[in-house]
Amino acid sequence: MALRTPLYHRHLALGARMVEFGGYDMPLQYSGIREEHLAVRHRAGLFDISHMGEVRFGGADAEANVQQLVTNDISRLDAAQALYSVMCNDDGGIVDDVVVARGLDGKHIIVTVNAATRSKDVAWMRDRVFGDANITDLSDEIALLAVQGPRAIDIVAQLTDADLDRLAPFHITGAMIAGIDDSRVSVISRTGYTGEDGVEISIDAGRAERLWDALLEAGAALGMVPAGLGARDTLRLEAGLRLYGQDMDETVDPYSAGLGWTVKLDKGDFIGGDALRRIKEAGPARTTIGLRLEGRNIARHGHDVLADGRRIGSVLSGTFSFTLGSGIAIALVDREAITGRTSVDVDIRGNTAPAVIVPTKFYRRATT
Amino acid sequence: MPDLSSYRFTSSHEWVATVDGVTRVGITDYAQAQLGDVIFLELPDVDTVLRSGDRFGVIESVKAASDLYAPVGGRVAKVNTALTDAPETVNSDPYGEGWMLQLSDVDESAAALLDEAAYTGLTEGH
Repeated sequence: MALRTPLYHRHLALGARMVEFGGYDMPLQYSGIREEHLAVRHRAGLFDISHMGEVRFGGADAEANVQQLVTNDISRLDAAQALYSVMCNDDGGIVDDVVVARGLDGKHIIVTVNAATRSKDVAWMRDRVFGDANITDLSDEIALLAVQGPRAIDIVAQLTDADLDRLAPFHITGAMIAGIDDSRVSVISRTGYTGEDGVEISIDAGRAERLWDALLEAGAALGMVPAGLGARDTLRLEAGLRLYGQDMDETVDPYSAGLGWTVKLDKGDFIGGDALRRIKEAGPARTTIGLRLEGRNIARHGHDVLADGRRIGSVLSGTFSFTLGSGIAIALVDREAITGRTSVDVDIRGNTAPAVIVPTKFYRRATT
Repeated sequence: MPDLSSYRFTSSHEWVATVDGVTRVGITDYAQAQLGDVIFLELPDVDTVLRSGDRFGVIESVKAASDLYAPVGGRVAKVNTALTDAPETVNSDPYGEGWMLQLSDVDESAAALLDEAAYTGLTEGH
């Protein structure tokens, strides 16, 4: 039986269509993917992302432990600051993609991991722990809600005294929200997975329903709607954000996955560092490209990518972009085979669909 | 809900109806709701001859691509070209403006069709 988030009964009450994802029964959609997608782009959407896992590292060697686990350089993080990274194995294959935050106290570290990989990740971390460090899996105690969209900050600001205007992207703040005084885990983070401005709020699981209700009420007048995993997927792909297990796994290194920017080879020893140095020097054999299809066809995971009729790779994620009005995809292809090319074809159930090679960030919000 | 007394249905969720001498084919309200937002339709050329049960096209939503099957045999007299630019019509009006094919030379001999009550029973069993 699938696990349930603390907001499961709220989703049922809202008439959500539920789907199993990462071991959890999650809302796929409420009013419809298109409507929810456009609401987030133009107004705001409220997501339950409590399936995500949170792992806390404490102790004097917390930072050193996380530093050896991930590819990015967390020594650069100030207190209450976060960054995106991947966690690799000794061969440079991606074990998971994570967000690492240094706690408000500047000492402990919180690593946010994917739901489907949580158990694997926690075992991986515990097998490699050293020195004065303790690892706590907080996932079942913490609910995570995301408010995303151009009106997200205005909505959340109604419920908290925290100065959200001064909360920079990839920073976190502890705050009382919706009258819920829960200083232990209640944290507002200016992060997201949609390409829009917004926040992710972690809160004690037992108070999640109270926060959900307060946010829905505060957001209603500003056009916010509850949004499910369907819209989350179309939004994240438009924004060029990756999905672990579909866009990358342990058979792919971050350079091939287009995530080489998360690898800081000069930070000192870390797991996978030697392999990644060799891959970078030799040049990865594969690369991840963005595709914009000419028609409304949808290229989907596993479809072949062709150049002059020859298979050169396959589609990782594909969907219809409601913002662009065309099919979009990201694909893992042979690097040499696309050098100098501006277009390829995708084999969609036997039909050859032409696609233009574009940056994987298909959508970039206008910043003011 | 439109009057569906002249509509008949397949277990694969297509409908066929002859209204004022014109036979049309589409998918059911249950099917469009299951698919979610329809993005793209691949429909046959005019004059294609279909036998009942033949795959006649593909419907894509954000979630999935599904095959479409002919509820009866016949010749494709028209395809609903309005769906090319507005595939979401299948969601908003599946039994009306969301029709997909118009058939001539209709052949029901090998068709396995359900009436409205039987089809409703089928979907409620899900």
